[in-house]
Amino acid sequence: MSKLKSTGPQTADAPTPEDALHEAKSLNEAGKKDGPMLAADGTPLKRSLARALRVQKMRALMLIAPLLVFVLVTFIAPIVDMLFRSVENQIVSNTLPRATAAVETWDADAEEAPGEAVFRALYSDMFIASEAKEHTRLGTRLNYEQTGLSSMFRSTGRAVDDFGEAQIDALEDLNDVWEDEAFWYALMTGGEGATGNSDLLEAQRARLAQLTGDSFRGDIGFVPGAEISELLPQTARAYATFALFTAIADEDVVAEEEPWEAVKVGLIEDLKGGADLSGYDGPGAEELRAAQEMLQDQPAIVYKDAFIAADEGWGSNTTWRTIQTYSPEFTSGYFLNAIDMQKGVDGAKARPENQQIYIMLFQRTLFMSLVICASCILLGYPVAYLLSNLPVRSANLLMILVLLPFWTSLLVRTSAWKVMLQQQGVINDVMVWLGLVDDANRLVMINNQFGTIVAMTHILLPFMILPMYSVMSTIPPAYVRAARSLGATQWTAFWRVYFPQSVPGIGAGSILVFILAIGYYITPEIVGGTTGTFISNRIAYHISSSLNWGLAAALGTILLAAVLILYWAYDKIVGIDNVKLG
Amino acid sequence: MKLTTTFLATTALTVAAGTAMAEDMADSMTLVSWGGAYQKSQVRAYAEPYKEMHPELEVVWDESSNEAVAKLRAMDEAGNITWDVVDVVAADALRLCDEGLAMEIDPDEVLAEAPDGTSAEDDFGDLLVGDCFIPQIVYSTTFGYRTDMVPEGAEAPNDICDVFDLETYPGKRALEKRPINNMEWALLCDGVAKDEVYDVLATPEGQQQALDKLDTIKDDVIWWSAGADTPQLLADGEVFMGSTYNGRLFSVIEEQDQPVAMMWDAQVFDLDGWIIPAGLPEDRLARAMDFIYFATDTQRLADQAKYISYGPARKSSAPLVGKHADLGIEMAPHMPTDPENAKNTFLYNYEFWADYRDDIDAKFQAWLAQ
Repeated sequence: MSKLKSTGPQTADAPTPEDALHEAKSLNEAGKKDGPMLAADGTPLKRSLARALRVQKMRALMLIAPLLVFVLVTFIAPIVDMLFRSVENQIVSNTLPRATAAVETWDADAEEAPGEAVFRALYSDMFIASEAKEHTRLGTRLNYEQTGLSSMFRSTGRAVDDFGEAQIDALEDLNDVWEDEAFWYALMTGGEGATGNSDLLEAQRARLAQLTGDSFRGDIGFVPGAEISELLPQTARAYATFALFTAIADEDVVAEEEPWEAVKVGLIEDLKGGADLSGYDGPGAEELRAAQEMLQDQPAIVYKDAFIAADEGWGSNTTWRTIQTYSPEFTSGYFLNAIDMQKGVDGAKARPENQQIYIMLFQRTLFMSLVICASCILLGYPVAYLLSNLPVRSANLLMILVLLPFWTSLLVRTSAWKVMLQQQGVINDVMVWLGLVDDANRLVMINNQFGTIVAMTHILLPFMILPMYSVMSTIPPAYVRAARSLGATQWTAFWRVYFPQSVPGIGAGSILVFILAIGYYITPEIVGGTTGTFISNRIAYHISSSLNWGLAAALGTILLAAVLILYWAYDKIVGIDNVKLG
Repeated sequence: MKLTTTFLATTALTVAAGTAMAEDMADSMTLVSWGGAYQKSQVRAYAEPYKEMHPELEVVWDESSNEAVAKLRAMDEAGNITWDVVDVVAADALRLCDEGLAMEIDPDEVLAEAPDGTSAEDDFGDLLVGDCFIPQIVYSTTFGYRTDMVPEGAEAPNDICDVFDLETYPGKRALEKRPINNMEWALLCDGVAKDEVYDVLATPEGQQQALDKLDTIKDDVIWWSAGADTPQLLADGEVFMGSTYNGRLFSVIEEQDQPVAMMWDAQVFDLDGWIIPAGLPEDRLARAMDFIYFATDTQRLADQAKYISYGPARKSSAPLVGKHADLGIEMAPHMPTDPENAKNTFLYNYEFWADYRDDIDAKFQAWLAQ
């Protein structure tokens, strides 16, 4: 590690182009009056040297390129991608693009849930989302922020097909053609040779691609007619979406499928909204006029009531506040959750006390990792000292003993500690037998902090001993002997001469052990009980059980930042050059 | 919706055509399950007989069911689904369905009828939770206790509230390290009527009430997170009583002969079954469907009960449950669904926990850490 900062061992003795560059610079400054110093070919020396240096650097880069690419692709990129999830929040605006836009202007402090316009937008979003089966995903996402939204989205997705049922029935009772797929197809294309409105189609294509993550590219055998899409904009938009979905996701023929309820609802809205049909003479003109006349007597569709009937939650202000708060594409919400706060309409505020846990867990993780690190130093130092001072043959034997647990499964070692430490376990049995402990008051040594510290110290000990050993075995015994011969006591010789030379080993071991400890989760999960678990246990829970990957990523990012800060602090205080692995 | 219908239609055809279509089915199949005795029972009851019918098939088992949801999500994002049929608990099936990761299933079209002609949908009845889940077994989370640690003069525990009664039954208890089940039991023993438990638990006050009740025994609880923990704690005498899956207790009592007995009161029923990941290529889907059709018929479900004490999910399988294949004891009395055991039961409320899981878990974990 010490080599990280220098450019390589050759700098000390062998001259490099870089050295020459510095020299040229100083010479240059000295000889400014005489103009720039020139190389043999007449170019300024500085430039010529810089070129030589560049070539050398390129060559070095080429040499490490395969490894660099490998690390970037398989290690850095996935981590960055995972960490990026801690702010990512596109799902809300991708699933409900119109509703989130409409609710933007709603005043969250107003007494009522938003008005009919927002619910109208919500209907068209919800219908498409439920066809594409994306609404439950959004429900799961928002349920992390507000309990109950998961089932609200699920039940609304089931109900949304029936919105406007009475009006649709009236339309179909009036004339069978409204159930006829071929009629609809002719109406929406505008008949043979009509000018098409491909902009509308592309817009819907992009919308579906955003919603589902599939590209929705390809020919669908349908282009909405320009005239009809101007006359009946909502119908045309809904039909275009329907056509794309039918042709690409369902792989059916558009002209052979009856349109969605949402298309008919769009038509009802357009006709009731006063579409001017007087100048229209394309396909279905008669039927449209008849339908418009009939619909004048029909009551309007009240989306708000329909949504509230599907689930009461839609009528509540808190639901809409949550949607509004989480409608931006990026959110600080996960990070706030990760530090026991929550994002509200008017900024961040602390979570209720009975839900605060993460800060405490971060502190506990740091504290316990330090304790584990310290106990590894205390236990490992004498062993490493012994190893490095024994004759090779016995040192090797001892080394195998150190490495042996290293080769045993982590789970086996942890479970073994369970057998040792539990109340009916080996240690308690021995102590009871010796009369040190009363049978009724056996010691509790597992499923708590103590258990975690013991088991993890044992597991991480080799990581401390090995770097210490490799540093200690390079310390020449002559120094201590010299100190002793000059009159130092055993302790002084050790403390003033030997110990300072072994510090780089402690440093390397400590960094290894501490960083490994901070991210451990299997051992604390098994022996930690409730007081000995780490933040990593919560991260694992959110990754594999609650599926709140955003929160897991935020917790992970904070943990990573904490490690980097500690590493920086270590560098400032001890100096990273002072770390040796051998 | 339509997409699935086409899938279903093709599958129905495949199933009808039976082995004639075998060349269109993939030659290998990855099944995902829980490992241990449970997976072994599936191998013996389903996979081995199926392989006899299709010797060309290679069956691969993956023991990843406890992380199935996370892994399927990752596979979906990577666009490479390597699993064909996945065994999950009903709650996970519901989530997979919500996330669009599991395929929707029409039971009448893809599953076998009962021998008497009852449709699959009626045969499974209420156990068809969600649109993607194919139930397989009913298991329960219930208590076992050490018979040799029952205090002198006291009756053996037979009431769920004995768990909370430290005076009569001193000693440690093992409870699962999650709110599900524990919160319900706490409320039941705090005077809440059985049919009101979830209404109460939906309120912050109710949640606090449950935690307060659990607080009374908190110092004497060892929290477990793996199903094998409680059997080990009971066998070592670390705890007096503990909750776990009834099949685990069966093996402690009958196979390992430990001085442990069952306490069936207020056992919580839960379901385990299959899902098929969404978006499988056609040949693998055909194979998965063919296997599912075979593995969930009446006889196969009854066969599984020969190897493990979980109740078959079909009504028509119950009369066919026989003796344990190795121990030779009657299995019916060990089923959680046996009338003698099922006097007082509780059904896991999937919808409730899908909504409240995150919220209550945050409070539960904060309470645990206090």
